Amino acid sequence: MNSVILQTATRALVALILLFSVYMLLRGHNYPGGGFIGGLIAAAGFTLFAMAWGTAAARRALRIEPGRLAALGVLLAGLAGAVAALLGEAPFTGQWLFLGGAEGDKGLPVSTILIFDIGVYLSVVGAVLALVFALEEDA
Amino acid sequence: METALALLVGILTATGVYLMLARNLLRYLFGLILLSNAANLAIFTAGRLTRASPPLVPAGLEAPAVAVANPLPQALILTAIVIGFGLLAFTLALIVRAYRRLGTLDADDMRVAEPRKKPEQENRHP
Amino acid sequence: MLALIVPVVPAVIAALLLWQLPRVMAGEVLAFGWHWVPSLGISARFFLDGLNMLFALLISGVGAFVAIYAGAYLSGHPHLRRFYFYLLLFMVGMLGLVLAADLITLFVFWELTTIASYLLIGFDHSNAKARRSALQALLITAIGGLCLLAGLILLGITAGSFDLLEILELGDELRASALYLPILVLVLLGAFTKSAQLPFHFWLPNAMAAPTPVSAYLHSATMVKAGIYLLARLHPVLAYTPAWQWTLTLVGAATLVVAAVLALRQTDLKLTLAYTTLVALGTLTMFLGDDDSVPIAAAVTFILVHSFYKASLFMVVGIIDHQTGTRELGSLGGLRRAMPVTFVAAAAAALSMAGFPPFLGFIGKELKYEGALAIASEPLLVAGAAVFANALMVAVAAILVFKPFFGPRQPAGTNISEAPLALWLGPLVLAALGLVCGIATPLVAESLIQPAVTAILGRPEVVKMKLWHGLNLPLLLSVVTFTLGVVVYLLQRPIRAALQELLQWLPLSGDRLWDHFIDGIKHLAAWQTRLLQHGVMRRYLSIIFATVAAALGYVLLRNGDIAVDLEWPQLTVKEWAALALTLAGAMMAGAARAPLAAICALGALGVGLALIYLFFGAPDVAITQLLVETLFLVLIATTLHRLPVFSGVHTPRFRPLDALLAITVGAGVTLSILAVMQTPFDATTSTFFETAAVPEAYGRNIVNVILVDFRALDTFGEILVVFTAAIAAATLIGHRLQRKKH
Repeated sequence: MNSVILQTATRALVALILLFSVYMLLRGHNYPGGGFIGGLIAAAGFTLFAMAWGTAAARRALRIEPGRLAALGVLLAGLAGAVAALLGEAPFTGQWLFLGGAEGDKGLPVSTILIFDIGVYLSVVGAVLALVFALEEDA
Repeated sequence: METALALLVGILTATGVYLMLARNLLRYLFGLILLSNAANLAIFTAGRLTRASPPLVPAGLEAPAVAVANPLPQALILTAIVIGFGLLAFTLALIVRAYRRLGTLDADDMRVAEPRKKPEQENRHP
Repeated sequence: MLALIVPVVPAVIAALLLWQLPRVMAGEVLAFGWHWVPSLGISARFFLDGLNMLFALLISGVGAFVAIYAGAYLSGHPHLRRFYFYLLLFMVGMLGLVLAADLITLFVFWELTTIASYLLIGFDHSNAKARRSALQALLITAIGGLCLLAGLILLGITAGSFDLLEILELGDELRASALYLPILVLVLLGAFTKSAQLPFHFWLPNAMAAPTPVSAYLHSATMVKAGIYLLARLHPVLAYTPAWQWTLTLVGAATLVVAAVLALRQTDLKLTLAYTTLVALGTLTMFLGDDDSVPIAAAVTFILVHSFYKASLFMVVGIIDHQTGTRELGSLGGLRRAMPVTFVAAAAAALSMAGFPPFLGFIGKELKYEGALAIASEPLLVAGAAVFANALMVAVAAILVFKPFFGPRQPAGTNISEAPLALWLGPLVLAALGLVCGIATPLVAESLIQPAVTAILGRPEVVKMKLWHGLNLPLLLSVVTFTLGVVVYLLQRPIRAALQELLQWLPLSGDRLWDHFIDGIKHLAAWQTRLLQHGVMRRYLSIIFATVAAALGYVLLRNGDIAVDLEWPQLTVKEWAALALTLAGAMMAGAARAPLAAICALGALGVGLALIYLFFGAPDVAITQLLVETLFLVLIATTLHRLPVFSGVHTPRFRPLDALLAITVGAGVTLSILAVMQTPFDATTSTFFETAAVPEAYGRNIVNVILVDFRALDTFGEILVVFTAAIAAATLIGHRLQRKKH
């Protein structure tokens, strides 16, 4: 689809969509959202980009092979699960660390849960894009 | 309202099954989509329906203050939807590949392993 | 080298057995073995008593001579080593069978003999006829073997033990049990197929496709006697009933008469012998039907007599075949001078077969007549059958000796010489044994016959045998037998011609029926394969869905009524709208002719579903549903232009049967959900997640907490699945991707 309007609009739109997807990912633990939803949103953004600019451009923009991205996500999620196992707990038990915690304020939570969710996000983005690119390129 | 949704699930299932029994593989795929949606909705319905608020805990509380929708089926369906996407995309890829290889979308014409035999050969045992 | 070593094995076994003979004669039962499957009460135990001593001696003794004979007969054969292996395998099976003290162990060795005999009959595997015969023998005996297994298991369960020695003590209990008849029928099927009784007799003549040493061993003294052994072994447990008596007597008599008639028809020496073996097996079965000591003694004696002369005669025929290249009666004659030793062996064996004194055959025959007359139930039938059979034996014995060895020299012109020692040693010794045993009758009776009869009847018996009984009815019958035999011999040509004529009119032979049976099975297999594995996806799916419908229907019917809430659903307008959108999407997708329309309908359906999720408190699911729906529709829409969807699509016809199936499945699902709704809702898990999300997992979106924390392992598995599906699909279509890179 070689539409100038679409192409121009897409540039800005995709950036927004990606930003939004990260937002959805990070808020997911407390509000609707999470790795699955964020990943799907990001994948939708890249799909839009691919439709406007072609899959080759979309691949370049992604910088990394989508299959590898998905593998990376699975690996990350697996590592996040393995941390608990290394610490002697059942695998995939969440491990939490509160940075700068003070009286009455928990501080900034950092957890394997977040890493796990990021893994889910990456694997969903990678898997969906691998499918989309493959099917779109098959002309 | 469960009855209404149960009926809807039945209709989705019936339509899905009917489409899956078609010769055309695209219709088969559409049937598969309907069937997986029906399955998700069935799980959702079986987890009891409420118009209550989403399963979110308000900030500062330990547990939901009011009755909330059952979170368990939601978690199940959410992943099921994503996996369903993987399944459907794989099926689509299979169909595309099969069409490229065999030049037909008719499942009955796809006979690579056992080519259609002439009628007089049909009765003879191999 | 091998030809010298192999015969030593059975010879050593025979020597060991003879060494134990005095203990067995004294009535001892020697047992040894070890546990095999203790949990099932199965042990690999063996024992030695009077009955299996006789069989084991025959197996190892005849086996030694056959091994010597085979070395010369198959000398230079490329697969001689293989032959020895099969032969020894068979010998092990046979010895294990007769010595086993456990029903299951017995069965295992029983099947080992079946398999070994398959390999031996089909030894000449490049010959289609040999292969067919081998398979036929295998299938018939294996079918019988399966029946036997069932029978033995029933027997073991009824008796409460698989230990043969224990079972043999339980005769009265077993005969009184309700399972007696099934056990009897199954065991008899096993024994009759193995011992080639009517109507399973036809595999034995066909098995003559085997090399002659095989026939001399398997089809005289061993394999075919396995069924006889089983009948004798289980005699204390299963006999003494009218069912046993009548079945064995009638089947045995029928086999004997039919086989005797068929034997006369043959012109092939080996086939003639095969049919006389059937006569012998019929005779043995007939006598084992009784429970008096004289008929049993007659049977035991005949086992010995028959093994000697039949093994000997088979080997003689093999020698003739080996030296002249033919075993066709019409083209043989006058070999007496060229092959004097073979002639002596043949004559001695034939005299024993015909029952001339002082051969053991004479004693056997006299005992048979005495036994037949002693049989309480049907003395006339049994005696008549015995006379008939023996008269034919006399005739056949005469044919076997006079035709090939007397008269004008045939085949003429060729230089026919005597066979080497290794070939004639076996037949000569075995034939001589018939004479020696005949002279030393009392010794044989005391050492072999009496212990065996004692074992068969399960009570101490004294068997006295002597060569001369004086003038009595059996002797008179013997005279009648000889006269009849001579008459048959003199009239053999017209009789044979008449039989050929007669048998031509017979519409079916067992062999032909067997072929029909096998063809039928093949057709059945082809038919059911085509029926089940037709390769038509729609039919597979139909079966799957029909199974689902049936399973749902069964459960629903079993659980009884479902109270359907017939009230008009209390839904708000927006909920109605969402429902209607979903419903409309589904109906349109089902009815749409063009794929694009169907895709649009599916889009509507997805939005409708997302709204339903949203209205009923599931925002996460709703968002996911919407996103996935969008992505997939984009995906399928971009793919569509590569598929022939805009032209040449089949106009979908309405398929009433499929619709019926679909509606049934749909109704089943609806009713199942309604049924689930009636069960009380267990909120334990959900409540736990709701209350533990914040304190334990520091998350307020409970769904997300479940996904990434409580059930994170599941989620990990799920992203792995998605990843795998994506890689698989991309690989399936995306080769282009690889090419672009390079």
